[in-house]
Amino acid sequence: MISELLSTTVLIGILASGIRLATPYLYAAIGETFSQKSGVLNLGVEGQMLLGCFAAFYVALTTGNLWLGLLAAMIVGALMGLAMAYVTVNLHAQQGISGIGFYLFGLGMSELLFQRLMGTVETVKGFPKVYIPGLSDIPGIGEIFFSQNILVYGAYLLVPLAWFVLNKTTLGLKIRSVGENPDAADSLGVSVARVRYFTIILGGTLSGIAGASLSIALLNVFQQNMTSGLGFIAVALVYFGAWRPFGVLGGALLFSMINSLQLWIQVLGIPIPSDIAVMMPYVLTILVLVATVSRVRAPSALTKPFERED
Amino acid sequence: MRSKLSSLFDALLPVIATLAALGVGAIMLLFLKVNPIEAYAALWDGAFGSTNAIAETLVKATPLLLVALGICISFRGDVINIGGEGQMIIGAILATWIGLTFVGLPGWLVITLAMLAGFLGGAVWGGIPGVLKAYFNVNEILSTVMMNAIAVQLMNFLLRGPMIDPSQALLASKIPQTARLLDEFHLFRFAPTRLHFGALIAVVLAILVYILLWRTTLGYRIRAVGQNPNASRYAGIKVPRYVVMALLFSGAFAGLAGAVQVYGVNYRMITDGSSSGFTGSAGFNGIVAALFGQLHPLWSIPASVLFGALLVGANTMQRAVQVPSALITVLNGLVVVFVVSSEIWRRRRQRRRLAAAKEEDSSPKQNQPTVKTEEAKQ
Repeated sequence: MISELLSTTVLIGILASGIRLATPYLYAAIGETFSQKSGVLNLGVEGQMLLGCFAAFYVALTTGNLWLGLLAAMIVGALMGLAMAYVTVNLHAQQGISGIGFYLFGLGMSELLFQRLMGTVETVKGFPKVYIPGLSDIPGIGEIFFSQNILVYGAYLLVPLAWFVLNKTTLGLKIRSVGENPDAADSLGVSVARVRYFTIILGGTLSGIAGASLSIALLNVFQQNMTSGLGFIAVALVYFGAWRPFGVLGGALLFSMINSLQLWIQVLGIPIPSDIAVMMPYVLTILVLVATVSRVRAPSALTKPFERED
Repeated sequence: MRSKLSSLFDALLPVIATLAALGVGAIMLLFLKVNPIEAYAALWDGAFGSTNAIAETLVKATPLLLVALGICISFRGDVINIGGEGQMIIGAILATWIGLTFVGLPGWLVITLAMLAGFLGGAVWGGIPGVLKAYFNVNEILSTVMMNAIAVQLMNFLLRGPMIDPSQALLASKIPQTARLLDEFHLFRFAPTRLHFGALIAVVLAILVYILLWRTTLGYRIRAVGQNPNASRYAGIKVPRYVVMALLFSGAFAGLAGAVQVYGVNYRMITDGSSSGFTGSAGFNGIVAALFGQLHPLWSIPASVLFGALLVGANTMQRAVQVPSALITVLNGLVVVFVVSSEIWRRRRQRRRLAAAKEEDSSPKQNQPTVKTEEAKQ
């Protein structure tokens, strides 16, 4: 049966779904990279994703318009980000704990709304595959990279874009300086609060898209707690990627490929208990954190509220 | 006099935060076209309306309190343990294994062994992220969340496979549960209610944790490391060791919560396959209770009763006004956010007091450095 895993069709299947499955991790983790770069640990990602998941699904289901669903998820994520920003920037609340609060809020709220507004699990027709002309005809490669839906392409375009913004623009410089040395940034006239509001709301918006990618592009259903820890893994990927967009990409791909492999192992009926197979990505995350985190330095001001010294 | 008033205000902050959360909840209920007064009345009635209701509230409060005690220790050591769920599960698995294996031994001995096993199981599951944080610089929030997911899968695997109830193994339904514990292994119950001896254990442990934190060197060092790791290091405290200790003890109490849940309430380990199937999210809600109790073991007792009441009352509310009990998860989230946000007022007053003290002091030179570090920390 192991030989089945190595056949070309299966291999292409594993890689193609691996590329696809990285999508929610990428949106959420790139968003988190922005907020952590500015010094804010947002642990509410999971809650933002769940609400985004539901908003996108419900709006798409009732209006029949997927783009409106995506927009709803972005708005919901942004609003959650706004609340998080107020609490951490203005009220100096402990970031880790308030993130857990927002997680519980999103978890409960998405379930509450689901039960009140829908009650039963339904499905939508999600974003269709977009075949890139010419490229999608290349054998193997075409199926893996160029026959995906629009949100998948978007996630991969986001990576170089985030790299460019963080490293080559004034905005990126401001974000990094606020995360490394807010006092110095402040004395140079950069508004620490405004930069952090921007990154946290951006992070929330991207988490909303990450949620939408699950409910209206990849799985096309909504279930209670359907992210099941995905948002927390996205936060871990930021550490794994050492706060660099391309590092995050590497982590997301590693993770989604293992996940995809695990799914195919189950599909092919290879006798590994499914519970143990599902456990593997989490074990891997811990091992990877051990191997990488100890040698990379986090942004200096991460989790520290900023207060001007008068 | 003024300091007395302001410390009263400090103690009331969580209450104000809860009222605020209930207020937001009321607005949400209005949006759901439900009369908030009716809903909250049903909630109250379900939680405190009868002897049995009160007993159920205390049954729900017991695991919350045990988890909260662990959280008091770890958060005081500035270690954010989110792994209560996983630690409960591992503690419960080990405790259940004891009860199903040593069937020939006397009841009191098996119960004692099982509680110890739960304590140790949780300690190991909490200790791993502790070691990873102390010696490998791995963020404990992330590692404990991962350990939760691993524990859930491990539980599902064991309850569907090696540890499954032999009678279920023959049925098509294959409910993931273990065999039932022998009657003599059950914790004492205050019949006819389901209130059990575990509630009493939890209260006694709350007092012991208070003593641990404020009357022992271990507790002092955990708190010192939490307040200022650098100063602790200069004072000769081995910081990594106390980071591990904080997580170890924190996990141990959550593990005990899992064991008590099995021996006091369910008499077997059972899940529905979901991540909160066994714990009922007590591992998360215990954090909420501890924060609400201002990370004080004794204040955590009423806090746990409050959140136990919310959980029990939610079911009555769901039946009475058809509001999904998920509303309680939302309220818990809001309470956490409001409580951590309200800290700012306490810190502000603290700073004002420090400033006032500085002015009164004739030798400002001596005082300045301490004030500086206090501020830097925040």
